[in-house]
Amino acid sequence: MSDPLPEREHALDLLHQMLRIRRFEEKAAELYTQERIRGFLHLYIGEEAVAAGVMATLRPDDAVVGTYREHGHALLKGVSAASIMAEMFGKQEGCSRGRGGSMHLFDAKARFYGGNAIVGGGLPLAVGLALADQRAGLSRVTVCFFGEGAMAEGEFHESMNLAALWRVPVLFVCENNRYAMGTALERSESETDLVRHAESYRVPARAVDGMDVVAVEAAAREAVEHVRAGEGPRFLEAQTYRFRAHSMFDAQLYRDKHEVEQWRGRGPIVRLQTRLREAGWLDDDALEAIEARVRQEVADAVAFAEAGTWEPVEELLRDVYTEVPR
Amino acid sequence: MSRTTYREAVRAAIREAMQGDPRVFLMGEDVGAYGGCYAVSMGLLDEFGADRVRDTPLSESAFVGAGIGAAMGGQRPIVEIMTCNFSLLALDQIMNNAATIRHMSGGQLSIPVVIRMATGAGRQLAAQHSHSLEGWYAHIPGIKVLAPATLEDARGMLPTALEDPDPVLIFEHAGLYNLAGELADDAGAVPIDRAAVRRAGDRVTLVTYGGSLHKTLEAAERLAGEGVEAEVIDLRTLRPLDDATIMASVRKTHRAVIVDEGWRSGSLAAEIVARIMEQALYELDAPVARVCSAEVPIPYAKHLEHAALPQVEGIVAAVRAQLG
Repeated sequence: MSDPLPEREHALDLLHQMLRIRRFEEKAAELYTQERIRGFLHLYIGEEAVAAGVMATLRPDDAVVGTYREHGHALLKGVSAASIMAEMFGKQEGCSRGRGGSMHLFDAKARFYGGNAIVGGGLPLAVGLALADQRAGLSRVTVCFFGEGAMAEGEFHESMNLAALWRVPVLFVCENNRYAMGTALERSESETDLVRHAESYRVPARAVDGMDVVAVEAAAREAVEHVRAGEGPRFLEAQTYRFRAHSMFDAQLYRDKHEVEQWRGRGPIVRLQTRLREAGWLDDDALEAIEARVRQEVADAVAFAEAGTWEPVEELLRDVYTEVPR
Repeated sequence: MSRTTYREAVRAAIREAMQGDPRVFLMGEDVGAYGGCYAVSMGLLDEFGADRVRDTPLSESAFVGAGIGAAMGGQRPIVEIMTCNFSLLALDQIMNNAATIRHMSGGQLSIPVVIRMATGAGRQLAAQHSHSLEGWYAHIPGIKVLAPATLEDARGMLPTALEDPDPVLIFEHAGLYNLAGELADDAGAVPIDRAAVRRAGDRVTLVTYGGSLHKTLEAAERLAGEGVEAEVIDLRTLRPLDDATIMASVRKTHRAVIVDEGWRSGSLAAEIVARIMEQALYELDAPVARVCSAEVPIPYAKHLEHAALPQVEGIVAAVRAQLG
């Protein structure tokens, strides 16, 4: 039983947002093989519905803490595709001035707080950002994304407990893509029902089909409303799947191709497209119009990144400490 | 002037900061109802309430990380960790977040958090409550590391640290909390970017900090009785180091002994020796010497603990050996 589609413009926008991520990531992979992007590159392909559904429920002044697989979250939180691409090129026009790279996208104006590449390391930060809002009397929400692998970390348990004790306005979103790098959920958790972990801290929690953007949005909207109302933290498990390798160095020996193909068949983009066509809201021309907009955005991002400049080596030591005017 | 203690001086600094800025709050294990494991925050819960003085669960990583996040979100948290041995449970947050986020964000974000913790040995608390890890933390770019050794610094370093836009770690030697003396009634913020000459002398430079300052001053008095005037430098700030004050003294005395409660290998003392080699080698009349803790987890038994730590006799002996 699917959640009803939202109104037409919004439903089409959800498709647009997911396609922005998909095409951006495909281009990033291509540029990686051309060695224009280096370091680690973790693609979000297959998981787009989670970021798209959750971000649709946020206000511009809400905060997001992401993981090292965060290009899509940054993009949908309002960080420009151009500044993300430039960051991955290592250019000083990048959203982190080329100091962070793919895993450390930051944008203070967009209230996008990384880009954290220590599994579980972003959860305490999210509790703190929410605590700051709570103390300041602001009705803002902090959303913290992490994978199911993070739930084996002590920082998950410590953060859930602290957030629940202090009733801080955080929405914890577990992106359960079934593999912590190459370790299947059944091999990393004694209790594979992840919702129960959160509930043990008396944090209201639920699981949602993370391949269904409409369902993710509905669940996130309800959770965000409670969090914003000052009712304390919430936990949402989005059951999803990563179509591509963990990073560009992954031979995927730990899962068989058949499993990947099965999940691809129920991918979030194809699924929403099917529903939109059935509703009579999308045809080939309309889809091509969306794809063309996305193609242009990605092409512009690549052009911006290519035109970007290298920070002079003389500036190597900047931004370690705040330069205090003397 | 008023009679006070190091503990009371830290408490006065916290109280003044809380009175002056609603963004300032204190959090840590047992800082509220218990009054702090070293009684530093005694009475503050009653005075400021549970929003400003927050007892945390025993979750160093979460509450230190929450302090970092709250600082990033515009607050001015003071996070207390019971001892620096426990800070290792929060090392991920301190090293991977507090020290890096300004840099990783290309300078967009500041982390104005202050993290206080007790350090050091001498109370027979054995190998999980007695270590001096401030030298480790001084290794990390992106944070500042302070070691108040006097009543003035106990009172004055915290307000300056809270004004600093970057993360500041303050190491309070557990043996100093009962240190008593006179403190000016108008004592307040002090600079945190320079070392201090605590005793002037011309025969040898003794470089130290924190809990070892008082042992070093006592050694200097004993040496003065033998006609040897030692200059004693209190580093105060362990990162960034004030090279200029050290080198100016070495150029005057031509001899240096470093006294550091950290272990010798890979230590802050080693770093200072290296800097003297780099900047003042040809000024020296003798090899630089070090008095550090013995390379052993700090033992429980009183005589063994005493033997493991820098002591006045050892400092005096090291100076005598320098003078030949």
